[in-house]
Amino acid sequence: MRYAMAIDTKKCVGCSDCVVACQTENDVPIGYCRDWIVEVTDGTYPQLETEIRSERCNQCDNSPCVRCCPTGASHYSEGGIVLVTPEKCIGCAACIQSCPYDARYTHPKGYVDKCTFCIHRVKKGMEPSCVAVCPTKCMYFGDLDDPNSAVSKVLKTRKYKVLAPEAGTKPNVYYLI
Amino acid sequence: MKTSRRDFIRISALGLGALSIGGSSIKAAGKTLFSKDQLNKLMMKRTSTYCEVCFWKCAGWVYSDNDGNIKKVIGHPDDPHCNGRLCPRGTGGVGMYNDEDRLKTPLIRVTGEDGKQTFREASWDEALSFIAEKMKKIAAEHGPECVALFTHGSGGKFWGHLLKAYGSNNISAPSYAQCRGPREVAWIGTFGEELGSPEPTDIRDTQCLVLIGSHIGENMHNGQIQEMSDAIDKKATIITVDPRFSTAASHSKYWLPIKPATDIALLLSWMHVLINEGWYDKDYVAKYTYGFDQLKEHVKDFTPEWAYGITTIQPDVIRKTAREMFNAAPSVIVHPGRHVTWYGDDTQRLRCVAILNALLGSWGRRGGFYLGIETTIPGFPHPEYPKPKKTWRDAFPGQFVLADLALANGICDATIPAASRDCSFKGWIVNGTNLIFTLPDIRNTKKAIENLELLVVIDTMPMEITGYADVVLPECTYLERYDEIRTSKHRIPTIALREPAADPKWDSKPGWWMAKELGHKLGLDEYFKYKDIEEVLEWQLNKVGSSLDEMKRLGVKKMKPEDGQLLYFEPGADIEFSTASGKIELYATSFSDEGFDPLPKYTPHPEPPQGFYRLNYGRAPMHTFSRTANNPNLTDLMDENTVWVNPKVAKVWGLSNEQYVWLENQDGIVSSFPIKVRITERIRWDSVYMVHGFGHKNEKLTRAHGRGASDSELITTVMVDPIMGGTGMRGNFVTFHTEKPAKGGLL
Amino acid sequence: MREEIIISGRMNLGVDPVLHAWGWEISVYLFLGGLAAGLLFFAGAYYLLGKGDNYPAAVKKAPVLVPIFLVLGLAALFLDLHHKPYFWRLYTNIKFQSPMSWGAWTLMIITPLSMVWAALHIREWFPKWDWKFQWIRDLEDFFSEYKKHMAWAMVLLGVILGIYTGILLSAFNARPLWNTSILGPLFLASGLSAGSALILLLSKNERERIIFTRIDLILIGIELFLIIHMLMGFQASTQAQIDASHIFLGGDLTAPFWIFVVVLGMLVPAALEVMELRHIKVPVIIPVILVLLGSFMLRWLICNAGQLSRYLY
Ligand SMILES: Nc1nc2c(c(=O)[nH]1)N[C@H]1C(S)=C(S)[C@@H](COP(=O)(O)OP(=O)(O)OC[C@H]3O[C@@H](n4cnc5c(=O)[nH]c(N)nc54)[C@H](O)[C@@H]3O)O[C@H]1N2
Ligand SMILES: Nc1nc2c(c(=O)[nH]1)N[C@H]1C(S)=C(S)[C@@H](COP(=O)(O)OP(=O)(O)OC[C@H]3O[C@@H](n4cnc5c(=O)[nH]c(N)nc54)[C@H](O)[C@@H]3O)O[C@H]1N2
Ligand code: SF4
Ligand code: SF4
Ligand code: SF4
Ligand code: SF4
Ligand code: SF4
Ligand SMILES: [Mo]
Repeated sequence: MRYAMAIDTKKCVGCSDCVVACQTENDVPIGYCRDWIVEVTDGTYPQLETEIRSERCNQCDNSPCVRCCPTGASHYSEGGIVLVTPEKCIGCAACIQSCPYDARYTHPKGYVDKCTFCIHRVKKGMEPSCVAVCPTKCMYFGDLDDPNSAVSKVLKTRKYKVLAPEAGTKPNVYYLI
Repeated sequence: MKTSRRDFIRISALGLGALSIGGSSIKAAGKTLFSKDQLNKLMMKRTSTYCEVCFWKCAGWVYSDNDGNIKKVIGHPDDPHCNGRLCPRGTGGVGMYNDEDRLKTPLIRVTGEDGKQTFREASWDEALSFIAEKMKKIAAEHGPECVALFTHGSGGKFWGHLLKAYGSNNISAPSYAQCRGPREVAWIGTFGEELGSPEPTDIRDTQCLVLIGSHIGENMHNGQIQEMSDAIDKKATIITVDPRFSTAASHSKYWLPIKPATDIALLLSWMHVLINEGWYDKDYVAKYTYGFDQLKEHVKDFTPEWAYGITTIQPDVIRKTAREMFNAAPSVIVHPGRHVTWYGDDTQRLRCVAILNALLGSWGRRGGFYLGIETTIPGFPHPEYPKPKKTWRDAFPGQFVLADLALANGICDATIPAASRDCSFKGWIVNGTNLIFTLPDIRNTKKAIENLELLVVIDTMPMEITGYADVVLPECTYLERYDEIRTSKHRIPTIALREPAADPKWDSKPGWWMAKELGHKLGLDEYFKYKDIEEVLEWQLNKVGSSLDEMKRLGVKKMKPEDGQLLYFEPGADIEFSTASGKIELYATSFSDEGFDPLPKYTPHPEPPQGFYRLNYGRAPMHTFSRTANNPNLTDLMDENTVWVNPKVAKVWGLSNEQYVWLENQDGIVSSFPIKVRITERIRWDSVYMVHGFGHKNEKLTRAHGRGASDSELITTVMVDPIMGGTGMRGNFVTFHTEKPAKGGLL
Repeated sequence: MREEIIISGRMNLGVDPVLHAWGWEISVYLFLGGLAAGLLFFAGAYYLLGKGDNYPAAVKKAPVLVPIFLVLGLAALFLDLHHKPYFWRLYTNIKFQSPMSWGAWTLMIITPLSMVWAALHIREWFPKWDWKFQWIRDLEDFFSEYKKHMAWAMVLLGVILGIYTGILLSAFNARPLWNTSILGPLFLASGLSAGSALILLLSKNERERIIFTRIDLILIGIELFLIIHMLMGFQASTQAQIDASHIFLGGDLTAPFWIFVVVLGMLVPAALEVMELRHIKVPVIIPVILVLLGSFMLRWLICNAGQLSRYLY
């Protein structure tokens, strides 16, 4: 099982619903977030292009955050999801420094927190909260090992990219372009 | 990466306790696999609601934990307004409930011995008695017609009922003359009926969507954005006409960066091309329309070359896009937009849009406009309303006859005494509309308010308008109350229930209760012969074959369309349109009857003076006007607006990114608060852009006070639409100040 | 023009490195660790070379301070942890890929070692010192016999600790400014330089002073060489690293870096030390303080600059 997400930059409008939905679903305190929206505009008026991306932890296959964690709090979990065990985390922030995507933050309670792919929902057969709420339905989630999953299907038919491939982290969040 | 730097806000008292929604409570549910609904039910209590963060009214479920804390709001899967997905504002709606800055008790304005005015807290009985006394006095001295109601959103029904029972029919909403009025009048003049909300645009199945300014994606009207996304998936052609590179423009096949205020020229030349090339639905036009020959004659000179000189859109682009529309016809939507009060000739611009749709045969066709179907819910029985002797229209003899609803600005103007009027308005009841930010030319609004004997404001938040009130009535939020049953036109008719998910916080009350209690104090008991709203809802639901219990269980109920109600015209059917000619009027007889151009004309509009830039404004997807500017969840996403400045302009003025500036308009009005510069290519060099709803003056709004600037303040030139009285707001121009100027703003 | 912005208001101390996930604590920790490493290295090395009596400040006097530095350093690290009650979790795991884990374990061994060494030499500071209990005296005798082994361990662990202070940062691929293998040697050199400066201060012995002045001069030379190499290396690398190096080459931290680290922390003390060697009297405290300050500033600035630098995507 390899969980992955694909996000369609041709449909995302940057509304940030995925961010609020994540906050209310996962009790992410106000002022913090597990996902965020980047808007990139290139060109000169009126020759313009804008790409909008909803970003979060890429659940990397080769993740420096797991490697550098001194306690094993950051670990790979089922389907390749990278999770943090709060009871093991000392809050040293090494993993925060190690992540090329700045996907982690220190929770006010002290431990480091990040996107979990909403594993608690996925286990029950539901979609991650951000995927379920997105008004443009631009996010696809599923198991890459299952050719019939939403994410496998869309990656078969569309061009895509990952972020900062040169960082060598082997991300599992794909951007449809 | 550049990020907008912001102070870290720590909010501790938010009621978002330690319990993780997904975490502990799901674990408690055990390991068995549950269906989505079962799981949701086990997780926590859920109650039905429909969203009040904007006026799209998406239905949803409110989830609360076992301690009664509201945790989240999730869209109702059966609701055609949202299809199970709320927009960011609806998802962040919990912030409305949790906001510590809410109005907490009734307030009455008092003047101290030093002449200083303050609010004192009052009991409900005191506050309502005070209002009743004043209203009786106004009725006795001037007549009940001199009290007007401004209302936007839910609760309008109850207050409207009260006002009509009291004897006035002057009920207005800013969603008409400040918003969609021109398009409704244009549609009535062309198709014989209005569009209403939600608009019956069949975007889901369209092959070509043409957006004239309408910035779907930033304008987060949920159904539309969802369907636009479906259309993108289905490879529909999107054509966006916008002087700004909107989000929709960035997702479009064609972006036409039009010179502001010249849309009518483009629309006329599209008609010219469609007709000259024969790219129109000949059968549809022949069978259903009236005045094609006049139209053909009228547009014969409006060539793309002519339009190019005005709009700066290349002639070949005009032709190519016209062809795209025709290729898709009748599955094409030239979108009417919603906030269309731009330049004062808006009804005529929307007439152009209506005519284009008629030529392409998209009205009543799949992928064009469907015929919305609604279930009507009977009103709770009450005696007939007294007949008002006057209405707001008497203040404008012979004017705005085509306006089908009351003008908020009209009532405001008529409140200012004039020799020509015998009675100006003496009392306003303002429910859920922040008139100071909502009506253009704040000077005018304030002048009207000065002449009032009574201003009652029903609101949830200490907004600008509440600061001018004699009595403030704190309404509880939509998450804490019952409201009327939502019915709406859609592909399938539905009804939806809003029930309280929690008790009202502090001493706030639901609108229905306030209106009823005030009714009793006014001696209008006959009109309020029910114990509470549950009794009314039960009665109404029974009439349509449901019940309160059923609705609590279902949240949304799909109703059966009445026999013969179709979504699209049947091919070749004979149809009688509700116009004078019984046809779709390309040539609008109702307009010519009133002395207006039956065929739209292009007229040039003023351009920015030297050193000034056209003030363009719009929506941010995560906010609704001013109502969310203090919402903790949504300010977390965006806590101030910025002024978009083209890099060339920034260079001329030596502005840098994130620098704060003050804006001054053509009438010498300066923004009360500075606004952050965003240097971006997405805006033209002759305009600036800002999101409406920021720059709040009220210090009680701890998150919104002084954050960003208010476009409302800078809109002092109003271009009134002669046809229906809409307030064109895009004819204002601003310049920059890097230091705080001596003169101030209007707030 | 390219415009890249975050539009969902993401701004918090934890997520955005611009806002510093690591504050002064980590810099202090790295500085004290480096200083301790330098002192231990010299003590061990000169003991093994049989110079214990010739260079008493290096072998006997200065090392007594090491446990204090290490404990203070660990205290700083502890302060930096956000989930303090779980501190012990560091010692229920050995993670070879995690520099943090490495450091924790190195310190776990080196701290008691340095304490024993300090205990053996406590009379350098307090000549009348007496261990009140016989069993401690026995212990002292026991360790005295193994002094040579301990000296070897100190040399080795000193180098490891010195390099570790650099590797802790350079292991982070994600921060282009840290992502250079020069950081290890650079921080080692800087730690040794700080150590030699402190020895210089404590030394009453003319020969020892001359030797450590020379050592420090050489180390400063090495540091300068490494810094220049590091910056040149960045220039020859990816865009992310070129951009990162600009923080010190025209960007936000250029002035502090060149003034505090290079000029005041290296060039000026080096000049003063040269004067000293030429018998021009300068109060020894001045170059020593400058070197120590420079050594701290080097870490502080690199620590901060690294958090300012990021990948481009
Ligand atoms: N998130 C969010 N969504 C909302 C609302 C909200 O408050 N927040 N409000 C809702 C309401 S009530 C309404 S009425 C709608 C309004 O939403 P729309 O009907 O989409 O709003 P408009 O003001 O017509 O459109 C704004 C766009 O018009 C462009 N524009 C400006 N001048 C011109 C011009 O001269 N020509 C052309 N072609 N374009 C121009 C602007 O650049 C901007 O992109 O949004 C609804 N949706
Ligand atoms: N300058 C400028 N003016 C505009 C526009 C613009 O873009 N720029 N847009 C125009 C358009 S399209 C429209 S539709 C109008 C919208 O105008 P309004 O409807 O006036 O919009 P808001 O500013 O959201 O004001 C709503 C008020 O309702 C209150 N409120 C929120 N929830 C409740 C509730 O449950 N009960 C009660 N009683 N009150 C509640 C809020 O606190 C707020 O004071 O503005 C128009 N005016
Ligand atoms: S909710 Fe969907 S459309 Fe909105 S920002 Fe997130 S990914 Fe984009
Ligand atoms: S994105 Fe960052 S936090 Fe997530 S797995 Fe990759 S390196 Fe770790
Ligand atoms: S902060 Fe926690 S999860 Fe991150 S590296 Fe340290 S111990 Fe591991
Ligand atoms: S998958 Fe879940 S945790 Fe991750 S960003 Fe989406 S909502 Fe948040
Ligand atoms: S569109 Fe958004 S804010 Fe408006 S009613 Fe629906 S969920 Fe609420
Ligand atoms: Mo509106």
